Amino acid sequence: MGDPTLTVIWAAIIAIGIAAYVVMDGFDLGIGMLFPRLKPGPERDMAMNSIAPVWDGNETWLVLGGGGLLAAFPLAYAVILPALYAPLIAMLLGLVFRGVAFEFRWRDPAHRKYWDLAFFGGSLVATLAQGITLGALLEGIEVEGRAYAGGWWDWLTPFSLLCGAALAIAYQLLGSCWLVMKTTGSLQTEARRIAKILVPFTLLMIGAVSLATPYVEDQYFSRWFEWPGLVVTIPMPLLILGVTYMIWRDLESGYDYRPFFWALGLFLLSMVGLAISIWPDVVPGRISIYEAAAPRESQIFMLVGAGVLIPVIFAYTAWAYWIFRGKVDEAGYH
Amino acid sequence: MADGETALLLARIQFAFTVSFHFIFPSFSIGLASYLAVLEGLWLKTKDDTYLRLFKYWIKIFAVAFAMGVVSGIVMSYQFGTNWSVFSDRAGPIIGPLMAYEVLTAFFLEAGFLGVMLFGMDKVGKKLHFFATLMVAAGTAASAFWILSVNSWMQTPTGHEINEVGQYVLAGSWLDVIFNPSFPYRLVHTVIAAYLTTALVIGAVGAWHLIKGRDLPGVKRMFSMAMWMMAIVAPIQILAGDQHGLNTLEHQPMKIAAMEGHFESLDSHVPLILFGIPDAEEETVHYKIEIPDLGSLILRHDVNLGIEGLDTVPPEDRPPVGIVFWAFRIMVGLGFLMAGLGLFSLFMRWCGKLYSSWLLHRFALVMGPAGFVAVISGWVVTEVGRQPWVIYNVMRTEDAVSAIGAPGVTGSLIAFVVVYFSVFSAGTWYILKLMSHAPGSEETEPEGPIRTAGITPAATEDKAWDRGERE
Repeated sequence: MGDPTLTVIWAAIIAIGIAAYVVMDGFDLGIGMLFPRLKPGPERDMAMNSIAPVWDGNETWLVLGGGGLLAAFPLAYAVILPALYAPLIAMLLGLVFRGVAFEFRWRDPAHRKYWDLAFFGGSLVATLAQGITLGALLEGIEVEGRAYAGGWWDWLTPFSLLCGAALAIAYQLLGSCWLVMKTTGSLQTEARRIAKILVPFTLLMIGAVSLATPYVEDQYFSRWFEWPGLVVTIPMPLLILGVTYMIWRDLESGYDYRPFFWALGLFLLSMVGLAISIWPDVVPGRISIYEAAAPRESQIFMLVGAGVLIPVIFAYTAWAYWIFRGKVDEAGYH
Repeated sequence: MADGETALLLARIQFAFTVSFHFIFPSFSIGLASYLAVLEGLWLKTKDDTYLRLFKYWIKIFAVAFAMGVVSGIVMSYQFGTNWSVFSDRAGPIIGPLMAYEVLTAFFLEAGFLGVMLFGMDKVGKKLHFFATLMVAAGTAASAFWILSVNSWMQTPTGHEINEVGQYVLAGSWLDVIFNPSFPYRLVHTVIAAYLTTALVIGAVGAWHLIKGRDLPGVKRMFSMAMWMMAIVAPIQILAGDQHGLNTLEHQPMKIAAMEGHFESLDSHVPLILFGIPDAEEETVHYKIEIPDLGSLILRHDVNLGIEGLDTVPPEDRPPVGIVFWAFRIMVGLGFLMAGLGLFSLFMRWCGKLYSSWLLHRFALVMGPAGFVAVISGWVVTEVGRQPWVIYNVMRTEDAVSAIGAPGVTGSLIAFVVVYFSVFSAGTWYILKLMSHAPGSEETEPEGPIRTAGITPAATEDKAWDRGERE
């Protein structure tokens, strides 16, 4: 069995990986979902170019999430993935469509509108599937022994659908704030307009999910409404309200960069909230991180690599973002 | 068939389908990434613009192939859990860390530098751009290293023990796990195969344009480079394959018995069965054509030594013979044809007819897809030949599967088949379209819609690259 301290470290690494995935792929999935609202031609091309150099790196965090879970918490990986079979397969297929659209739309101008549709549809399906996955996980999945013991459609509930819709709206907010930051002209104006509309909807969705969560599982209720959870429960809504207000205000005041970073802040707050609900479980209410942890030898071996490599990865990822900093321009190889 | 058996079969078909489709792309992009690094390096060194033109030509094809490799690869990283959850739970402590290293050392490296490689020439300058290209190539190689280590451990597991909950965990050193007995051989054989696959494609594209009379400098250069690769590397691959086979004989004798079609153990004078129809029911090979003693010579290097046949294990422990037997012959046959192409090109080069030989160009063109066929056949040999084990002699495939019912797996399998065939056929079509233009012929091309689309990168490609070159 795993070493308790190393188990906590690994839980933190996986959590950071998932957080990195959600904020990074979040904005480019969001742009995919916004695509039908953008005019074919220069607007869509510019939106696509603003993420083309980084989308592949962003999506790699999803592979780290899957691979890392297998490596650090193999039991959790073995229980969660079969439980969420249908939404996960849907997510993977959605990602196929949107991933190839980045290349294919340039290669085939005659059918570009279909690849744009694939980019939109793939992004939407992948996002809904991710939200549903999260919702189903929060609601709890049936476990017997070392395997999933529930049925086929267990993942499909009003709560999981709510989470799917919430994530779709939140990713679009992130995506539109990204476009405000990276683009100019009519595209930026349109992105700003959309972002302002999305702000209240995002707040509404966060509110709905937050209010529903304590009631889907007793553990969350006691976590949030009993001491010492109250220490977070009281300021959390205020923080969320405050950050949401800042997004709206800075969009209104014409700032380009600030709204995106406030939106990132909103995501981080939501993820902190999630962590408070779930901790220290990896399959909420069923399997703790300690039960699912890989043996100590595996944890140490990976930690050596992760300790060295993750900072290096952050460094060159930051470098790549730095190179493509500022407003998107016309460079490319297509 | 019981529901469980049907579900198992469907899960196996789904894995075979998705992994075969996936591997087509890396087997091309591993070689192509290295080729791009060579082209850019030669351009920087010699200042010969032909290399730059080739680089710009192949990088577009690389981008399309790489995107398909990425999206089909993400599927793989989740499918271990969705469909093979018992395997994931049990083997996770051993293979999980190796796959985590693959993500950390390879996937991030490729993806992080790919953006700079594709879009950054005029932003970072030539030297840093070359560095990015090298990092992408290094990433593809590192990826091959780790995933082949995982696969090899499943073929020849070492360095593990079983813990109290039935998981395979480390016993001793990670080096024993990573450098398990078949890994060095499989790594060499697979990476060379990727280089050959790429060279065959490049050679075929060159040959196509030569046949069409477009003997531009870039066309000739890439054809010549590809033929050098064939002449030098195809024979090396035959030696590497032979060594890999000897390693397999030592560690997985039943796989060799299936490949060679030997149902009966023989103490000496083992013949080499060239062709025949294996019959697992009657435990014999019908209509076989064989060469006496050659089996002993190839596998044991001594006619007085024999090999173990399939009869050494009970029928339920034997791999399916027919598919392994035939896939092996396809792979080996294509391997010899590749070496033949290499030798023939050397001869034509010596005659001064490398760019004018009617026969050589047709031969090279026909061989274009041979690398993909050989690579997939090779994987069929090694994966089917491992059966009925998912971890050789340790865990049976039937014990590894998730408890997903047959209807569920049927649904996902149909979805994968439909999506992969439609999406990846489109991608292959776009790659062929890109290949149908000769490198360096862009100047004379009519202006298509892509070039008049305002601010699209396509329209400004040359400007961007020129800026890059001036730095």
